[in-house]
Amino acid sequence: MKLRTLLMGAVATSAVATVAVADGHAGERGRDGQLNIIYWQAPSTLNPFLSGGTKENEAASLVLESLARFNENGEMVPWLAESIPTVENGGVAEDLTSITWTLKEGVVWSDGSAFTADDLIFTHEYCTHPESGCASVSYFDGITSVEAEGERGVKITFDAPKPFPYTAFVGAEAPILQKAQFQECLGARAPECTDANFGPIGTGPFVVSEFRPNDVITYVANENYREEGKPAFASITFKGGGDAVAAARSVLETGEFDYAWNLQLAPDVLDRMEAAGKGTVVAAYGTSVERLHLNQTNPDPALGPDMRSVFMNGENAHPFLTDPKVGQALSMAIDRQLIVDVGYGAGGQPTCNVLPAPELYASTANDGCLVQDIEGANALLDEAGWVDSNGNGIRDKDGVELSVLYQTSTNAVRQDTQALIKDWWRQIGVETELRNVDASVFFGGDPGSPDTFQKFYADIEMYTNNFAGVDPEAYMANWLCSDIPTPATQWQGSNIQRFCTPEYDELVEKMSVTANLEERGELAKQMNDMIMQSYSIIPLVHRGNPSAHANSLGGVKMSDWDSELWNIADWYRIKN
Amino acid sequence: MTDQTAQAPEVELYGALKDKEPPKEPRSQWRDVWDQFRKHKGALIGGGFLLFITLAILIGPLIWTVDAKQLDIRNKDMRPIYTALWDSTARVSWVKPLGSDNLGRDILATLLAGGRASMAVGWTAMLLALSIGTAIGVCAGYFRRLDGPLMRFTDLFLSLPILPLLLVAVTLFRQPLRANFGPETGMFILIVGVIGITSWMQTARIVRGEILALKEREFILAARSIGTTPAKIIRRHLLPNVISPIMVSATLGLATAIITESALSFLGVGFPSDFPTWGKLLSDAVPRMEDFPERVMLPGILISLTVLSVNYLGDGLRDALDPRIRGR
Repeated sequence: MKLRTLLMGAVATSAVATVAVADGHAGERGRDGQLNIIYWQAPSTLNPFLSGGTKENEAASLVLESLARFNENGEMVPWLAESIPTVENGGVAEDLTSITWTLKEGVVWSDGSAFTADDLIFTHEYCTHPESGCASVSYFDGITSVEAEGERGVKITFDAPKPFPYTAFVGAEAPILQKAQFQECLGARAPECTDANFGPIGTGPFVVSEFRPNDVITYVANENYREEGKPAFASITFKGGGDAVAAARSVLETGEFDYAWNLQLAPDVLDRMEAAGKGTVVAAYGTSVERLHLNQTNPDPALGPDMRSVFMNGENAHPFLTDPKVGQALSMAIDRQLIVDVGYGAGGQPTCNVLPAPELYASTANDGCLVQDIEGANALLDEAGWVDSNGNGIRDKDGVELSVLYQTSTNAVRQDTQALIKDWWRQIGVETELRNVDASVFFGGDPGSPDTFQKFYADIEMYTNNFAGVDPEAYMANWLCSDIPTPATQWQGSNIQRFCTPEYDELVEKMSVTANLEERGELAKQMNDMIMQSYSIIPLVHRGNPSAHANSLGGVKMSDWDSELWNIADWYRIKN
Repeated sequence: MTDQTAQAPEVELYGALKDKEPPKEPRSQWRDVWDQFRKHKGALIGGGFLLFITLAILIGPLIWTVDAKQLDIRNKDMRPIYTALWDSTARVSWVKPLGSDNLGRDILATLLAGGRASMAVGWTAMLLALSIGTAIGVCAGYFRRLDGPLMRFTDLFLSLPILPLLLVAVTLFRQPLRANFGPETGMFILIVGVIGITSWMQTARIVRGEILALKEREFILAARSIGTTPAKIIRRHLLPNVISPIMVSATLGLATAIITESALSFLGVGFPSDFPTWGKLLSDAVPRMEDFPERVMLPGILISLTVLSVNYLGDGLRDALDPRIRGR
């Protein structure tokens, strides 16, 4: 008891000391009242393991935390751990097969119970359960055991040397769940634990007070939060739904909300709204790439649910998109610079790689795609035997017409891009049908809906993806054969275009045992080039991620390497 | 002589039974209707405008032959030609008389193409709703045994929320329709079908009410007493008498269908994104409303004027078709 009071006192003094040096916005917890956040894609769950979606991860990041997070520069910051383990400080074993984290002292769950190594062990078990369909399973790849060591130590052992061991329990995708709350929810029962999935207990600065799926979340400040005087806000309304324009307007023009996320709007539109002077647009360049995925499996609606867009070891191949020549022609016909000019402005740049950053990993082998070449694309298709034999303006071969269904989420910039691309493809004799799906449905991950991006009931789809953190190993492991979404995995999995070659799997394997950074860079480039040259992904734009915050909101440090709300405990209201 | 004097009063006698002036030429019922209709200025203007719009969208694309889907990036963001009147720095050109959008599509051409889609949806959905509504209303009103079940069925449909129903229908039926009829026709059938089967209820209720009152009248009793079959009573005596409420709900139905289609396009669940309809043009233009107000105004005005003129037309028709009001 005595020791505990002493410790609390010490924590309190140190907190007061640090707060005092900060710029005059210190004070007691909850002093700044209400914060309004708008995410125009509404979260459908607060369990990030059951949804691969950014919106769910970010909404959950107010509550669930991980051992370390990435700041705005992509550097790791110890969060629930005392420090970042490295080989130098002995936290990572010399042979790279294990890492030992030390948990921060005095961390409790929001219900007051102690945060222990058991919770980490349980989270690992939860996500790696074969029937759970965990969306973040690639973060736990290669882990053989997670065990407690001493009072606050957690040792993670890998089956092979792991040169970048900061995947499990790091970042917004793989946070820590409370064992007491989730222990009945293992495996196939995971989606059934509605109460837990909608209101996870966490260690973060806020606690869920009400969760309405696909609508509104209300949070209140966590009374048991480990840092005195934080968070500055007493409650948060996290509104979901609407569209990007309305969200931008509500922050930049009317000031109803304080923070709006993911404002993919045409540059002229955003500039004019910002001129109203109520808010600021902030953008972070991370690894986001707007890309086209070319379905490698057959999405023919006549096939029925067991075969449509289901990967069957190459037996159910797409009638023409598996031919790299077709993909290459589609890519050559695109003028990426024009797409940037029309839809992204300063928030994007043309790219030919699905892995555009950090620089160490960015390949230069595909830069030829930056120049549009419609004649070349036509010649390529002619040469490959795709000619318009029946005079309807569409190329065909063996009775198969080059006609594609091209879907994406509903968003003005994406629809403009679709219209441009459709026009270019028309010029090379490819017929395109456009389709747009409401973003909440498209990215919702609901296995019952036919319109999700994972199900991919279309030939081509366009969206942006990225990876949190700075190491591309987990990201490149997205395209393993074993990560293809199928009915058996509840359509979870990140290999959306269903790309599968043994050579690629070998490279992923190799990268997981390579420690040397230079070599890792080479491997990442090789993998990137392999996917690019299969033309199963056509990258378009390397995107900065624009969000907007009210001018009265202080402390926002946008990070594209983690959840944008990673440091929400430090946000405050600027008083005039 | 006596013959002559005796004849004169006889002539007078017949003359009293004859009209002094030459008889007016006979008038048909439709002529009366037209005369009454002409007195309603709003209806006349509305009818004229509707005719103009219909002709414009049918014949317009033959005269203004620019493809509505053609992108022309170099000529993007042009203002309408009339902007030059007050703003000499505006980018205008006779090549794009109403300007172009942010991808350089010609606005005049998209308006014409969009009008075709919107009007086609409006008319077809209206006719569908009308035939369902009239059939159900007449059956419910005339056959007492059917009244209860049919009206409860109507209540059931009235209580269905249309937009969620539409979203579900789009999810369920998009694929099969698209496979059978192609993306645009398939979507057309789906939208028309769903709007049609969710907007017949008002018509059914109005028609039923009228029929209930009419079938107690003497002329129906007379018809029945000479052994006319129900089918013939309905066709010869009842339907002509309920034509005026049916006309009115038809005009309202056309307006509702155009607006519902606009709402669907606005939500992005209607036609493919590059298929112009008035509603879609309007919703696409909203983010740039301040810089290019005409992109919102033009389709918005067209929707409003069409709906308004249809309503006026309906109002005038109702007055003209009702013999009790006619002549006043």
